[in-house]
Amino acid sequence: MNSYDIVIIGGGPAGLAAAVSARQNGIDSILILERDSQLGGILNQCIHNGFGLHTFKEELTGPEYAKRFIDQTEELNIEYKLNTMVMDITKDKIITAMNRTDGLFKIEAKAIILAMGCRERSRGALNIPGYRPAGVYSAGTAQRLVNIDGYMPGKEVVILGSGDIGLIMARRMTLEGAKVKVVAELMPYSGGLKRNIVQCLDDFGIPLKLSHTVVNIKGKERLEGITLAQVDSQGKPIPNTEEDYSCDTLLLSCGLIPENELSKGIGVDMEAITNGPLVNESLETSIDGVFACGNVLHVHDLVDFVSKEAAAAGKNAAKYIKNNCSMGEPEPTISILPTDGVRYTVPKMLHIHRMEEKLTVRFRVGAVYKNCYISVYFNSQQILHRKKAIIAPGEMEEIKLKKADLEAFDGLETITIKIEEA
Amino acid sequence: MYDVVIIGAGVTGSAAARELSRYNLNICVVEKEEDVCCGTSKANSGIVHSGIDCIPGTLMAQMNILGNRLMEPLSKELDFPFKRNGSLILCFSKEDLPRLEELFQRGITSKIPNIRILNKEELHEMEPNISDEAIAAIYAPTGGIVCPFGMNISMAENAAANGVEFKFDTEIKNITKNPNGYTLETDNNSIETRCVVNAAGVHADTFHNMVSQNKIHITARRGEYCLLDKTAGNLVSKTIFQLPGKYGKGILVTPTVHGNTLIGPTANDHENKDSTRTTADGLSHVCEAAKRSIPSIPVRQIITSFSGNRAHEDHHEFIIEELADAPCFIDAAGIESPGLTSAPAIGIRIAEIVCNLLKPAKNPNFDGTRKGILDPKTLSEEEYAALIKDQPAYGNIICRCEMITEGEILDAIHRPLGAKSLDGIKRRTRAGMGRCQAGFCSPKTMEILARELQVSLLDITKNGGNSHMVIGYTKNAEEV
Repeated sequence: MNSYDIVIIGGGPAGLAAAVSARQNGIDSILILERDSQLGGILNQCIHNGFGLHTFKEELTGPEYAKRFIDQTEELNIEYKLNTMVMDITKDKIITAMNRTDGLFKIEAKAIILAMGCRERSRGALNIPGYRPAGVYSAGTAQRLVNIDGYMPGKEVVILGSGDIGLIMARRMTLEGAKVKVVAELMPYSGGLKRNIVQCLDDFGIPLKLSHTVVNIKGKERLEGITLAQVDSQGKPIPNTEEDYSCDTLLLSCGLIPENELSKGIGVDMEAITNGPLVNESLETSIDGVFACGNVLHVHDLVDFVSKEAAAAGKNAAKYIKNNCSMGEPEPTISILPTDGVRYTVPKMLHIHRMEEKLTVRFRVGAVYKNCYISVYFNSQQILHRKKAIIAPGEMEEIKLKKADLEAFDGLETITIKIEEA
Repeated sequence: MYDVVIIGAGVTGSAAARELSRYNLNICVVEKEEDVCCGTSKANSGIVHSGIDCIPGTLMAQMNILGNRLMEPLSKELDFPFKRNGSLILCFSKEDLPRLEELFQRGITSKIPNIRILNKEELHEMEPNISDEAIAAIYAPTGGIVCPFGMNISMAENAAANGVEFKFDTEIKNITKNPNGYTLETDNNSIETRCVVNAAGVHADTFHNMVSQNKIHITARRGEYCLLDKTAGNLVSKTIFQLPGKYGKGILVTPTVHGNTLIGPTANDHENKDSTRTTADGLSHVCEAAKRSIPSIPVRQIITSFSGNRAHEDHHEFIIEELADAPCFIDAAGIESPGLTSAPAIGIRIAEIVCNLLKPAKNPNFDGTRKGILDPKTLSEEEYAALIKDQPAYGNIICRCEMITEGEILDAIHRPLGAKSLDGIKRRTRAGMGRCQAGFCSPKTMEILARELQVSLLDITKNGGNSHMVIGYTKNAEEV
């Protein structure tokens, strides 16, 4: 059986940044396992620009952003296997994988970085009533068909969900000559980035209907139309608000789900809100030497933050290897509590002695807040009170914790992050 | 001129075709859809009923009990998934206990093997997730679950291997009697046959009424279902019914042979027989009623929902007979639940009727065994590795949710009556049937289909007809 210090599951933006960082932190023996035929993951089909503003201070397309990391991976001679599906990972870090040339094989790893990304919520999971015709696609599947394969799924389009991929596809389909009739969003606010609403909908005159959902899908063979209805505050359709739209395509952009089947197989503890593994300051899961980063950990809206998070995971995995497969003493643990509008935090716990000088804590809120404060408490003492003009579920927020501050605080047990209204 | 034309390639028609292929007969199955198993046969509970709730002495009871008995050997001969997991019928109130007892006595009269009444304790010991409200149940150990697609497809494949011809995308418009038998006018051409087997499901009344003065009437009774993720697949080990009411067996909760949990069906009569849409009310009723049996059922883990139409004949009884006023025209009509369970028995009964009429010789080359699509997950690691070495396509995962390889998809396309559409692939291999519902694999499966069938991607459909997956090229692709 081949063995490696670090095996990275997934060669998308998270996996690549983690690999590069682990190498830069002194680890020679690294292997990336990627199921697609090329590195780069979902970035390969994101041909629009807007990537890399934070990381490279320039606007790149998805494939260009991916290429920066792929080039580094190649320059650093990091080993990878393409077209390779990981079937199973054991608690002892034995990985079973498969591809056409090597067949079924096993690899032993000292540390594993989970970077499998996420998948889209399907029509079935949304349980939309009606027929099941052709022409109902998740936005990402349609994006692949258009941008990679060069095919048009249809010409009259309705989009349900205002997630970023849906917004991007509204513009993309329009540019390809399709008519995007409406984007409907169940929530009273958009799930996507503000800039995408402006650049992909407003600029093309595509209406966004908030608090609306699809209540019927028509057409037995190919989609013929859908019915939209307004929803109440519970998300239930309001009778007599139905509106029919004829269309041959319905794209769904209704949320992304971290793809954690392998993580669950290993037995890592999961976080109910993010649907990702529960991690500490080192982005280490409940199993020693198994780290997680990127969309498999929690769904990001900007790839720049995926790269940063993954670089931290790579660095920590390197530390684990160099420290004889240990991150150090497991105690004491300080928990991070999301309350008052903060839905979750990543990480959710930390060990001060294991921290770098600064730790980024990322989180999302559950509703739109205007003129509010992000507040951080050490035990019951307010440490940070940062004013925000607007804060929305579609945009990930972060705060930074300084190791020195934590060390200086006597008897620190919990760190609370909350939204306080003005 | 055929000896026998069978209308419909659903489970009944396919069972009849396979049984008739034991004889030297020139047989054709005519199907209006692009594939076998496209109507009621693809959208049902996948249950092998014990037969307890059929009225004793009816043809329905007889076919159900015999079908149940035949299922296990048939599943081995034809290599389709079947499991005798047993079933429970729950009783929720003291007032209903006499009805439970009555049902039990029905089962005793019908000689359903090994049935017994469980008290609350025994019931909860057997199925810990069952509602506390359930106070007693009938346990029928002979109840089972089957893959409805696998069963239907395997019978059709085996019939085809034994010489039965299948005509797809062929809709019969009219049937007229002629001196030698019947003329079937289709949307393509006319077909002559000595004998007709009417296995047209919800449409069987239409064909019956074309040749007979004794009219029958079939109502489409919609049944809506929700399928839960495999992560919610171990809630119950047995099929859980509720004490039945007027419209059938009520909402059940059952494991599937592939490890999901299935809940449903509703029962709503409606006039549009081709309507297979789900409704908001129906789906929410399914979830609510399933919670009555299993309160912890995680409805957030639903991965898909669907509906199917039961062919409910006004007298709620199977009609399997030669028509009195239309010689050599044999009905298999009103085949509603327990039609899937009964199919093997119905096939035999139809073959008996046809043989009495046509007196055919045995087919000396008949081979009743069929090998299913190899599932490499059932192999040992050594065998799996050897398989990939020999056929690298088995090392290429296409559907990551169900872990289906390109090898399995190629087999599904190239075997007899092979898949021509995404749904055809799905029903044969389960590619696209998992939690992402083909979001990831459909572009890949489309590509494989186009390559193997040597057609353009623009010709690839979800399920035949007009169900094209893409409608044209992008601007750049056009220029290339």
